Order: sequence, then C-alpha cells, then structure tokens
Amino acid sequence: MSAENPMIRIENARLLDPVSGKETQASVLVENGRISGIGAAADQATPDQIVDAAGAVLSPGFIDLYCNLREPGNGQKGSIATETRAAAKGGYTTVCAAPDSSPVNDSTAITHLILDVAERDSAIRVLPLGAATKGLAGEHLSDMVGLTTAGCVALSNGSAPLVNARVLRRCMAYARTFNVALMLQPQNRSLAADGFAHDGLITTRLGLMGIPEVAETAAVMEMILLAEETGVRLHLSQLSSARSVTMIAEAQQRGVSVTADVAIHHLLFTEAALAGFDSRFHVQPPLRSEADRLGLIEGVRTGVVSAIVSQHQPHDPAAKRAPLGDSEPGLSTIESVLSLGLMLVERDEMSLSQLLRALTVGPASVLGLSEPAIEVGAAADFCLIDPRAEWQPSEAALLSIGKHAPVLNQPLKGGVVSTWCEGRQVFPAKAS
Amino acid sequence: MTALLNVDVLLDDLERNLRRVLQEREVDRPALIGIRTGGVWLADILHKRLGLDEPFGELDISFYRDDFSRIGLNPKVRPSHLPFETEDRHIVLIDDVIMSGRTIRAAMNEIFDYGRPASVILATLIDLGARELPIQPDVVGQSLALKASERVKLQGPDPLSVEVRKADVTSEGA
Amino acid sequence: MMTTEESARALQLTPDGQLRHFLTLDGLDQSLLTQILDTADSFIEVGERRIKKVPLLRGRTVVNLFFESSTRTRSTFELAAKRLSADVLNLDISTSATSKGESLSDTLLNLEAMASDMFVVRHSRSGAPHFIAESVTPGVAIINAGDGRHAHPTQAMLDMLTIRQHKQRFDGLKVAIVGDILHSRVARSQIRALNTLGAEEVRVIGPSTLLPRDVESLGCRVEYDLKAGLKDIDVIIMLRLQRERMEGALLPSEREFYKVYGLNTDKLAYAKPDAIVMHPGPINRGVEIESAVADGPQSVILNQVTNGIAIRMAVMSMAMSGQLAQRAATEAEARV
Repeated sequence: MSAENPMIRIENARLLDPVSGKETQASVLVENGRISGIGAAADQATPDQIVDAAGAVLSPGFIDLYCNLREPGNGQKGSIATETRAAAKGGYTTVCAAPDSSPVNDSTAITHLILDVAERDSAIRVLPLGAATKGLAGEHLSDMVGLTTAGCVALSNGSAPLVNARVLRRCMAYARTFNVALMLQPQNRSLAADGFAHDGLITTRLGLMGIPEVAETAAVMEMILLAEETGVRLHLSQLSSARSVTMIAEAQQRGVSVTADVAIHHLLFTEAALAGFDSRFHVQPPLRSEADRLGLIEGVRTGVVSAIVSQHQPHDPAAKRAPLGDSEPGLSTIESVLSLGLMLVERDEMSLSQLLRALTVGPASVLGLSEPAIEVGAAADFCLIDPRAEWQPSEAALLSIGKHAPVLNQPLKGGVVSTWCEGRQVFPAKAS
Repeated sequence: MTALLNVDVLLDDLERNLRRVLQEREVDRPALIGIRTGGVWLADILHKRLGLDEPFGELDISFYRDDFSRIGLNPKVRPSHLPFETEDRHIVLIDDVIMSGRTIRAAMNEIFDYGRPASVILATLIDLGARELPIQPDVVGQSLALKASERVKLQGPDPLSVEVRKADVTSEGA
Repeated sequence: MMTTEESARALQLTPDGQLRHFLTLDGLDQSLLTQILDTADSFIEVGERRIKKVPLLRGRTVVNLFFESSTRTRSTFELAAKRLSADVLNLDISTSATSKGESLSDTLLNLEAMASDMFVVRHSRSGAPHFIAESVTPGVAIINAGDGRHAHPTQAMLDMLTIRQHKQRFDGLKVAIVGDILHSRVARSQIRALNTLGAEEVRVIGPSTLLPRDVESLGCRVEYDLKAGLKDIDVIIMLRLQRERMEGALLPSEREFYKVYGLNTDKLAYAKPDAIVMHPGPINRGVEIESAVADGPQSVILNQVTNGIAIRMAVMSMAMSGQLAQRAATEAEARV
C-alpha cells in the first residue's frame, strides 16, 4: 500500500450505521487512510479530490469470514490477485482466506506465502485462516500457536469434518489453551458419507446421494457440548439447517461461547435449485428445504447467526462441467453477495441494516476486530452502494475466475459503485 | 369446392378389371393386402366381392417410408397384420390412389420382409399419373388428370366416397 | 428457477412436443407414453417377421456408451439399433478413456466428431445423460440406458408394455413394487410411468433402510408388510437386491430378507388371483423370489425380454425423428 495519500471528500452519500440502522446524510472526509471528518468539518476542508455519491449508501466495507482465494494453487481456479479484485467489486475490504488452498494452509510457510502474495497483489486486507488439523485430514492437530503467530486469525477445518469426537475434543481443548478461535463447519462424517445433496424431495426424485439434516444437527450438538466443556471460542461455519440455529440460540442463552455464520446462497436457494441437475448448486453443506432457508434468515435477523459469508469457491469451467455428483462443490459468489442480500431486503425477509450488520459488524466481532463504523478516527474502509443500480452477472462481467455465479445472465439489483480500503479506492481499480 | 366421383362405378370397374387380370394370370387363390388406410377399406370390399375365405392383410408402411428424415415417424403407426404366409403366394396389393409410386415402393419392400411372394398384382382405385418411380398398377378403377391445384381424397369406410377438392392442405404424393 | 418437470420437458422435447432425447419419464405426458407403447406394438409385429429389420435408421450411427457395464441391457439396445438398420458402435468406457484420466466431456466431444447420431448412455451417476444432452453434444439424441439411482426409462416402459399386454389398461390397476426402492432407478421410473398412465395405486413394500426419504412424494404408498401390501394387487414387481446392501448395514442378511420380503407361493396368494409377477432381472432366486413363482403361471418375466427390444426400437426411432425435425428446423432458420 503506497504512501501516496490524497485527501478525499465523499459528498451527498447516505451514511448507514449497521448497528443502529440510523441513516444520515453528510460529507465524509478521508485522510491518511482514516476518516478525518464528517459533516461540517468535512465540508470546510479543501480536499484533493471530491466524489459525488448522490443516491448511494455509504457502508463500512464488508468482511468475509470464509472465501477461497485459491492461492497457493495451480492458478486454474483463481489467485489472490484475481479473487481479491472480485471481492473489492463485491464491496469487501477484508476477506479471510479459507485454509483449503493447495497445499493446505497448515504451516507457517504457507501462511507467510499467503500474506506476502496478498501484500503484493491485493488491494484489500487478506486474513489467513489456518488449518485446524494437518492437511485438513481431521486427524492430527496442526501447529496452532505457530500458525496464529504467523498471522492466522483463526483455525478452520475447511469443509472436511474431523474424524471423530475425540480428535474434536482435543482440538478444542488445545485451541482453548492458547485462546485460538476455532471456525468449524459442522458435519458428521459418517452420516454425510458420500452424499452431496440434501436428503429430501429432490434426492428422492432424482436419485442423488443425500446428506441428511441430522448429519449437521448431530455435529452441531456435539460441538456445542464439547465447546461448553472445553471453553473454546467456537464459531460454526456455514450452517444449512433451521434446527441448528435453534440449538445455537439455546446454547448462547446458556452462555456457551458459540457464534455462527451462514453462506449467502443458503439464504436464497433451496434443494429445488438442483431440480434440473444444475451442478452450480452442488455446494457443501447442501442447500436444504424452504423451512431451513426461513430458519436461517430468522437466525440472521435475531443475530443468533452473526455473519453472512460468501463461501466464494471459484473453479475452472471443467470442474463444474460434469455430472452433478462428479462436479466440484461451490459457487462463485463474492461479486453477487450484496445483490442477493438486497433481494432478501426487497422481499422483506430482512432489513437493509440487518443485512449490512451481518456483512460488517457481525464478522468483525467474530474475529475480535474493532467494530466497523463510519466515524471520525475509524479506518477508511467503506463501500458506496447504489441499491437501484442494475447489473448482469455474466462470463464477461464477473472478475472472478469462477464464472459459476448463482444468478447468471439475468439482471440483478444493487451495485457497488466504489470500494475504498484504508482511504484508497480499490474498486473500480484505477489504472496504475 | 369439392366434386364427388361415383364410387360405386369406380368399384365396379376395379372389381371387373381385377377379375380379368386374375383370370389372365391364372391366379385362383389370391392373397389380398390393403395399404392403410384407404387401401384397407378397398381390400375389405374386394375381399367380400371376390368371396375369398382367407382373411385379407393390412399393411402399415410407416417404417419403410423414404421421407423419414424429412417428416419423421408417423405418431399413429399401427402394427401391420398379414394373417397368412406370403412365401410363393400371388399377392394383390391394394391402395386407394397412386401418384408418385413411393408408397408402393415402400409397401413392396415391406412385403418382401415377410417372404418371397410368387407375384404381386397392384390394384388402385384411382391413378393420378405424375409418377416419380417406374411402378405401374395392373388394375385401376379410373385414371384422372388433376389440375395442379386439385387433390383427390378417399373418405370412408362407410359410406365410401371420393372427393376432388381444391388444394388447401398439401398432401404427400400417394 | 425451473422444476424437475419443466426442465425435463424442455430438454427432452422439441418446441412442438416431439421426443428428441429420452432421459427420464419426468415431463412426458400420458399421450406421449401411450405413443411409445403403441409404436412398440408395431415393432413387436416386425419382430415376428422373417426379416426382423426396418430401414428407419439406415445410414445413422448409434453409439452404445456404457460407463457401467451391463451385457444384457447393451445387447438389447444393440439388437434394437440393428433392427432399425443403424450402424452400431459399442464402447465399454468403463475400461477405456475415462479411466485414463480423460474427462467425460472430452470423450464425448471426440465421439461427436465421429458423426454419431445417437448415444445410448449408461452411467453410475444420476443425471449423467442429462449432462451429456444439455452441455456436451446438443445435436445427438441421447437415450438413457440407466443412470445411477435416477432413472431407467426404457426398462420402465417395457414393463408398462408387459402390463398393458396382460391387463389391457392402467386405470383401476393396483401395482406393488417390492424390495430395494432406495437404490433402484427402475423403481423410480416405474412409479412415474404408472402415475402418468393412470394406475389407481402404486405401493412400495420394503424396510425403511431401503426406502428413500419422503418416498410418498413420488406418488406411492408405503407398506412394510408384504402380505398386507399385496392385498388387492394386480401387478407385483420384484426388484433385484444387490449383495453389497448387506455390507452397508442396510440389511442383516439375504436369508432374513427372503424370509420377510421374498415372494413365494404362500405370499403370492395374498394378491388378486390373476395378479402377474414381474422382475426386471437378473433374478436372484431364493433372495427376492422363489423359483416356483419365477417360473410359475403368473410370472411374465420372459415376456419382458421381447418387449425390451420393441420398446427400445420405438424410443430410438421417435427420438431420431425428433432430432431430424429439429435439424430441419434449424437449417430452415439458417436459410432465412
């Protein structure tokens, strides 16, 4: 990040505070990577550059708790350069890099590599997630202290379940010792077996291998009980069922240190997305029933589920060009999260401030970062959103290497006008 | 605008001509085969008039048409039904109208898949000329020369009638 | 977002409703299924002739793509294609290209380049024929010869033909399907066909471990007890039980399965006296069915083989017809 730091004034934007939901209209002055004035103070300054943001909402920059950047990797599915550029277009200023890169981020060398490449290639902040077990194989603990010292903000099991409850319990106890946060995707390995779709109406109709709901709920219950016993800081990643939300709410009330997130696609789509064998919607955990979708939304509204993640998983086209069960799981979402979220707002399934809270304040608190806000002295990480602007995700329009976005070649509402990280415009990218 | 031909006169002519040909060729036990649909109606009538004991056959030529790649498979195809051995038999193949000759080509190919007949006599109620293949009927009720805009249509089976009408639908050459 | 029904319809039919692929019975209405059965009747007659061959697919190339080997099914498809006068190429892919790391789409693109007109596809993955029809080879008619647990539509239709031959109708019929429904692509297609053709009731009979979740949503009733389930039944379809079901803790033993769900003379007496017994084969005698029943007067198991060729001839000629109509329409459009 260069030393060149002009003074900029954003004018006519509506400032939205995701915590209170309060909206104000005022100018914002940005200096040296921080917000240095709001309102009258900003108006009186003489900036180097003025940005007219009439009609746009100014929100703190989005924070993603789970994003596959595919680096290290073979480059076919994306790289830190391409995927952070896509993230900036999606309004993100901070992304957590999922540990299931190739090789897996289970050593300080890989963590350093990710941070070094990010420093060089990324205009936004990249926070690595370390692998909780070696090779994400779920069997042997990784060097948790080494990984967090090297810069991993938390440890995760990616989307591979730990082999058994004993490993899980020891993993939690060890992490607790060093106050390392664990982000675990709950799934019972033997109940999920070789399934890849929600065990329900569609799997029955199309003869797909199902993953029953209980594969998740049994794991959630087991993890909550073990977290309660070990006292670890537990974050449950990418829930897929309504029942899980209920169990987490109950545990939170009991005082268990457990938080949770949900991927954006689980809030919009259900098992029905697989009706025509569309391999794009092969995701892990699987899209479940409409009742589950509604339960997950309710979780976001009440705050039991504190963050919405992209679970961005870019692929080369060949990875998806196969019969459903042979395709690789994951959607290319990071550029569409806001627009998809705004669909929920438009349908009155959640409010704009609930959506923005789950994209900013919620994930920040999971990571123990200072609360994102538009206030004097805060880091100038923000995005300008035009909720009425239309755009169309397409092979050409998507910046990600992954072209398998959940909505394709149809107009979506809600565009990110620009994204700013530490006071510098990171989207649209300026010609250097 | 439609014009009716006197079908009884046509049938009488067809029967008389057929009897003559059978006599000339010394066929005393012919096996009748009608091509669906009009040919089957006519086979039924001729079968009665000739007083044959053995039932007549019905041929559905849908699987043998030469225009499959243009018009596809007839969605209403029904099984052919030949209730006798054709090997070494004298066959009378009956259709309502002959024009291009393509239907008869298909029908003969189909008949030969059942066995090798001793002979095939072709009888049609109406001959419209306009042949596209070297095939000629042995027995005809009447020959007609139609204007380009006219089409002929056998209605039936009871009562049987023959209409000549202005072409409003394009029908394939019989 | 399209439902299963809508997407299956859009993929399998030309804009004017002709069959162009045959992947599943989803999305196909009663009149189309009846047309398949009627056309098959005509092909049965062809099979009784001295020369059992018609020139419909003369000059066309049919490729049997079996990613999962099955000599029996492949042979009936091969014979059906040959009786339609097509050139037939048999590729046992399970032992060739894909095991060398070539992707399914690459293999298929090569075959398409060989000017194939039709692929008969068997694959262990549900939806593989859909995938091929949709994204790999749009100009080639795809016939599903069984995909994963999803569908085996020609098998189901030949069973329907057998039922129609013996019962002359579908309305008012009560049909029981017995055994491993969960893993059965045949059962899924049969349930669908029976519902579309207007059967009064379809019952599935088996233990919970061999029934898919929400199986009633397919259009059937569940019975756990064989004797109770066979009451008033006109048609009994026994499904094949694979040995590996014992390993996955789905069943205790073959012996126990036979005791509870095996069809023997005693249990058959609970169905209607004129009930027919069917089995898609190959039969495990003493596992699903007693020999006395399999070879008995109510068994129509052998009939099913003749019908298999006729149904496949019907479906292949109809799909080729639809593909040709579509090619003609595309060419006409290109001229305009």
